[in-house]
Amino acid sequence: MKVITAHELTKRFGNFTAVDAISFQVEQGEIFGFLGANGAGKTTAMRILCGLSRPTSGVGTVAGFDVSRQPEKVKASIGYMSQKFALYDDLKVWENIRLYAGIYGVPARDIPGCTDEVLRRLDFTDGRNAMVGSLPLGWKQKLAFSVAMVHNPRIVFLDEPTGGVDPAARRQFWELIYQAAESGITIFVTTHYMDEAEYCDRVSILVDGRIQALDTPRALKQQYDAPTMNEVFFALARRAQRGES
Amino acid sequence: MRQFFAFVAKEFRHIFRDRLTTAILLGLPILMLFLFGFAITTEVKNIRLAVYAPAPDDATRAIVDRLAANDYFILSRTLADPSQIQDVFARGEVGLAVVFSENFQEEMLHTGAAQVELIADGTDPNTAKTLVNYAQNIIAGYQQELLRDASVPFLIIPEVKLLYNPSMKGAYNFVPGVMGMILLLVCAMMTSISIAREKETGTMEVLLVSPVRPLQIILAKTVPYFVISVIDLATILLMAVYVLGVPIAGSLALLIGTALIYIFMSLALGILISSIANTQSTALLISGMAMMLPVIMLSGMIFPIETMPWPLQWLSQAVPAKWFIAAVRKIMIRGLDFESVRKELAVLSGMAVFLIAASLKRHRTRLE
Amino acid sequence: MLRYLLEKEFKQFGRNKFLPRMVFMFPFVSLLVFPLVANFDVRDMNLSIVDHDHSPMSRRLTQKASASGYFRVTQVADSYERALRGIEDDTADIILEIPSGFERDMVRQRSAAVMIAANTVNGTRGGLGSAYLAGIVNDYAGELRAELMASSGRLVTPSFDIIQRYRFNPHLEYRVFMVPAIMVMLLTMMCGFLPALNIVGEKEKGTIEQMNVTPVRRFEFILAKLIPYWVVGFVALNICFFVAWAFYGLTPVGGVGTIYLFASVFVLAVSGLGLVISNFAKTIQQAMFMMFFFVVTMIFLGGLYTPVASMPDWAQRISDFLPLKYFIIVMRSVYLKGSHVTDMLQPLTALACFAVGLNALAVVSYRKRS
Repeated sequence: MKVITAHELTKRFGNFTAVDAISFQVEQGEIFGFLGANGAGKTTAMRILCGLSRPTSGVGTVAGFDVSRQPEKVKASIGYMSQKFALYDDLKVWENIRLYAGIYGVPARDIPGCTDEVLRRLDFTDGRNAMVGSLPLGWKQKLAFSVAMVHNPRIVFLDEPTGGVDPAARRQFWELIYQAAESGITIFVTTHYMDEAEYCDRVSILVDGRIQALDTPRALKQQYDAPTMNEVFFALARRAQRGES
Repeated sequence: MRQFFAFVAKEFRHIFRDRLTTAILLGLPILMLFLFGFAITTEVKNIRLAVYAPAPDDATRAIVDRLAANDYFILSRTLADPSQIQDVFARGEVGLAVVFSENFQEEMLHTGAAQVELIADGTDPNTAKTLVNYAQNIIAGYQQELLRDASVPFLIIPEVKLLYNPSMKGAYNFVPGVMGMILLLVCAMMTSISIAREKETGTMEVLLVSPVRPLQIILAKTVPYFVISVIDLATILLMAVYVLGVPIAGSLALLIGTALIYIFMSLALGILISSIANTQSTALLISGMAMMLPVIMLSGMIFPIETMPWPLQWLSQAVPAKWFIAAVRKIMIRGLDFESVRKELAVLSGMAVFLIAASLKRHRTRLE
Repeated sequence: MLRYLLEKEFKQFGRNKFLPRMVFMFPFVSLLVFPLVANFDVRDMNLSIVDHDHSPMSRRLTQKASASGYFRVTQVADSYERALRGIEDDTADIILEIPSGFERDMVRQRSAAVMIAANTVNGTRGGLGSAYLAGIVNDYAGELRAELMASSGRLVTPSFDIIQRYRFNPHLEYRVFMVPAIMVMLLTMMCGFLPALNIVGEKEKGTIEQMNVTPVRRFEFILAKLIPYWVVGFVALNICFFVAWAFYGLTPVGGVGTIYLFASVFVLAVSGLGLVISNFAKTIQQAMFMMFFFVVTMIFLGGLYTPVASMPDWAQRISDFLPLKYFIIVMRSVYLKGSHVTDMLQPLTALACFAVGLNALAVVSYRKRS
C-alpha cells in the first residue's frame, strides 16, 4: 500500500525553485531515506509533506490525505521530528510525553499507561522526572522520536534526526527506527550521513531540488559502480549548481 | 592599521545590512524629538467650561464673557442646578466649573460678600492648577478694572519674567534629555549587543586567533557606533534648531565637546557590559535594566529630580546621563559658559576615564 | 486539547525564574517607586529674594511668600545679578525682586511694581511657580487695600472673593493622578507584551514548528498562550488595588465591577496587539524593538503625563488610535470620579472596536503554513 505519494511537487520562493517537480511513492512499513546536500531542498520537501508548507504546484498525499487541501488530517496521522530539538526544555520528561499525547487526542485515562509504555520502551523509567533541558543530546533525540510516535501514527517524518551525536548514540537511535518499522510504521528520514543511508530500504538523492536517483542502496551502488553510498552521493552531488544556502 | 580599517568596514556592513536596526538607530531620534517636542506640552488650552449663576446679572455676564473670550476656555454648558456639577465632571465633559453666589452683583457692590467659586477637575493636578490660575488671573483683571472705576487702586503689579524659555515650550526641557538617551542607546546598548553577538555565534573566537590584537577588534566594533551617534547628535541638534525652534544659546564648541566626552563614556560602558555578558539576551537585559531604566527614570530627562525623595536623588548622582543632561541644559538652553558646567564636565570626564580603564582591563584579562 | 496546552503553559510559567516573581513584584515596585519618580508636583521651589526696599511692607510680602508652603527661601541676595547667579548654579528656581521705594509708592501713588523672574527650562515648574508667586502678590495687595481702607474709614468698595476648589483630588496629589494610569501600563505589559514575547520565544527555539505539525488548531494554541496571562493580569490588577489602598489609601470611588468590565475588554485589545507583534517579529530582539516603539508612543501620546486635549491636532488624531488612551481615561474616572458605565459608553465602544479589530488582524496575519 502506498502511504506517501508525490506527483510533480514544486515549491518556489520568488525566483528560487527550492523543490522542482519531484515525484515518488513510499510503501507502508518502508524506511525511506531522503538524501541531499545542504540546500538541496530536503527540508522544504519534507515540510510540504507534513502540511507545514503549501506546494506551489503538484499533488502530494500522505496517509491518503491531500497535503494542500487536508493538511490538518495529514497532521493527525503523522509524527514529526525536526532537525532542531523541539521538545520543551522546561518541562519534565513525562510532562512532554503527556502534552503531546493529549494534543494528539489520546484519551485522558490512557495517557498514564501510554507514558509508562514510552518510558519502558526507551528503558528510561528512572528519568521520568528529569527536566528535558538537562538531558544529553542523544537522550533528547530518542525522546523526541518516541514523542513523535506517542499516538501510534502510520508515518513518521524525521528531519536529520541524528545531527551532532556520536556513532554509538546514532546506532541506538537507528535501533528504535528499526523497531518502529517492524511494527508496520513507515519512516521517512532525511540525513546527510551516508552510512545511515545504507540502513534504508530505499533512498532518493536530491540535487538542486530534483530527484536524481531513487532506488535501494544496493541497486544504486551497482548502477554507479561504487563500493559505498558515500561515493554514489559524491558522483551525483558533484553536478550540483547551487551551493550551500 | 590596514587590518583595523578592514575590520571597521566589516562592522559597517553588518550594521547596514540589518535594515530594521539601521532604521531604528537613525529614525529613533527623529521620532523621539517629534513626540517630546510637539506632543508633550504643558500648555493648557481649549478647556471646556460650565457656569452656574443662580441669578444672572451684568457682573456675572461680564465675568463669563471675559473667560469665554479667552483662548484657554470654551463655554460649553450653563447649568440650571448645582447638582449637575457632579454629572458633568463624571462624564468628563468639562474641566472647570464657575459657580457664582446668590445676588452676586448686589453683594459685590454693597457688602463685599459676593463669591465666585472656581471648581476644577483635580484628576490631573498640574492642569487643574494651571487652568485655575488662568481663570483667577482673568477674573482678577475684572476686579482691578472695577477698582479703577471706583478710583480706589491699591495695586501691586507683578512683572513676570520667564528666563530661558519665555514661551514655555516643552521641547526646551526635553531636547537635552533625548540627546542623553539616544547617545547612550546607540553607543552603549548597541555596542554591547554587537560584541556579545560575536561571542555567542563563536565568530569572536575566530577573530581572536587571527593576528589582529584584541584591542583593535574591540575598537573596530565601536567605530561604526561612534559614527552613528555623531549622525544622531547632528540630527537632534538640527531638528532642535530648525524644526522645534529651540536655539543653541551657548557655545556650540562647548556643547559638542561635552557630547564627545559623553559618547566616549558610553562606548566604554558598552565595552564593559560586553565583557560581562556572553549572550545577546544578557547584554540586552543588562543594558536595559542597569542602563536604560535609570536613564529614563533618574536622569531628570522627563521626571524632575528635585521632587524625588532623597534616596533616589542620591542614587541619581551615579547616573552619568544626569550629569550630561544637566550640562547640556546649561550650555544649550541657558547659554551658560564653561565656568558654570565645570562640575558636570569634571564628573563626566571622571566617569569616562574610570569606565575606559575598567573596560580595557577586563578585556585584557579576559581575552589575552 | 486546550487542557493539555494550558497545563503546559502554566507549568512553564511556574518554572520560569523571572515571571512569577514579576507578577508580584511588578505591582509593588511600579506603584511604589513610579509615583515617587514621576512626580511633577510643583512644591518647595527655591526662592531667592532681592529686597531693595527693606521696609515693613516689603518684609511682610517676603514673609507671606515664604509662609505659603510653595516656596523655600534659599537665598537673600543684595542684587538681581547675585540672585541670577543663584539661578545659574541651580540654588534658586525663582526670584522675587522688590524695588526700592516700594512702600513709598504704595502709600503715595497707591500702586507699586515688583519683579518675578523664574527659570522656565522646565516650563511647568517655572510657569506654575511664577503664577503662584503672582497670586501671593495679588493677595497681599488685597490685604493691604482692606487695611488701608479700614484705617481711612472709607466706604465698602466693590469686591468679591475668588475661591479655588478641586474636585476628586482636593489636595492635588500627583500620585493620585499616576496610580490608576500605572495600572493600565501594567495590564498592557502583562497581557499584551509578555504573551507576545513568549510566542516569539517559541518561534526562535523551534518548538512552535513541532506544534504546527500537530493537529492543534491555531485558535487553541493562541488561546492557551493568552489565558495564563489574562489570569496573571487580573491577579496583578488586584494586587494593584491592594497596594493603592494600603500605601496611598486610594480606593475606587466607582464600582470595582466597572473596572473589571473595562479591563477585560482592554485586555482583549492589547492581547490582540501583542499577537500582531508576535506574528511580525522573527526574533525576540525585533519584538523588543517593536514594543519599545509602541510603549514610547503610547506613554507619551496616550495622556499618561500630559493631557491629550492640549496636544497638537495631529498628535490627538494619533492618540485616537491608542487603546491605552481610552483605558487611562476610564481608570482615572472610575477611581477618582466614580463614573459609571453609562458615563463612559464612548470609550467602551472604542475599546470594543480595538478588541475586535486587533484580534481579527492577528488571525489574518498568523500563518501556520508558509
